[in-house]
Amino acid sequence: MKISIDDLHKAFESRVRLGIMSALAVNDTLDFTSLKEYLDVTDGNLASHLKTLEKEEFIGVEKTFIDRKPNTKYYMTEEGKKAFDEHLKVLEQIIKSQK
Amino acid sequence: MKEEQDYIRDIAEIRSMMERSTKFLSLSGWAGIMAGIYALAGAYVAYHFYAFNPDEIGYTSPNLIRIIFLAILVLILAIVTAIILSYGKANKRGENVWNATSRRLLANMTVPLLAGGILILLLYSEGLAGLMAPLTLLFYGLAIYNASKFTYDEMKFLGLTQIGLGLISSWFIAYSLLLWAIGFGVIHIIYGIYMHFRYER
Repeated sequence: MKISIDDLHKAFESRVRLGIMSALAVNDTLDFTSLKEYLDVTDGNLASHLKTLEKEEFIGVEKTFIDRKPNTKYYMTEEGKKAFDEHLKVLEQIIKSQK
Repeated sequence: MKEEQDYIRDIAEIRSMMERSTKFLSLSGWAGIMAGIYALAGAYVAYHFYAFNPDEIGYTSPNLIRIIFLAILVLILAIVTAIILSYGKANKRGENVWNATSRRLLANMTVPLLAGGILILLLYSEGLAGLMAPLTLLFYGLAIYNASKFTYDEMKFLGLTQIGLGLISSWFIAYSLLLWAIGFGVIHIIYGIYMHFRYER
């Protein structure tokens, strides 16, 4: 199989989205606040990137209430995991082929 | 169009995010060294001024309450020092000290420590103060072992060492203060120095 840059998924072009996926790849679930701390971005910025990944069905949302305050948890879907692994593989190949 | 170095940076960032979101790496080796020094000082005060030298499970001493407070003082000093030093190290790394990872690390340490602390007080009220030193070692070891998943891998061996010392001193209670000083004092200092040279230089 020939691997080219076109194989890189558009969803992962953004640094923030790549960061979200990396964090969710190694944590079962993460809430909005934790993601914000790790990525060091504004609420609005993070929310819009999360929405994009949600639309791709790469991540899922779990809404619960803690002390009547809404708590939103995010997790990686099967599809998201597959796409992320694929993305890593392509990145690796590109770097290898350019050496 | 992205360049090759952009892809390399992507991979580096993926790695760093995976690590940052699972491991709290702002613990300072100095925190271990200082905790060890406090522990040695505490053990010296307990032995020299309060004549604390348990020889059997039912050991009693008029100074027991003072020794418990001394132990709590040592613990608080060690925790405060660790927090201050971690704060400094986290700032340098551009990381927040109070994040999801450090919260998880603390939660995993707190549960065994609280259980051990309560057990020690219950045994004390039943006149079984001789197990105080062995049980602090044992439960501290369990706490560290349990929390090691969320920080440096070496912590696992620190935990196992303390668990081992705790079990040995439960059998040889006459040596429990000495083993306590070795575990909390000497081992902490050795680990602190090792971690400092391994990760902070």
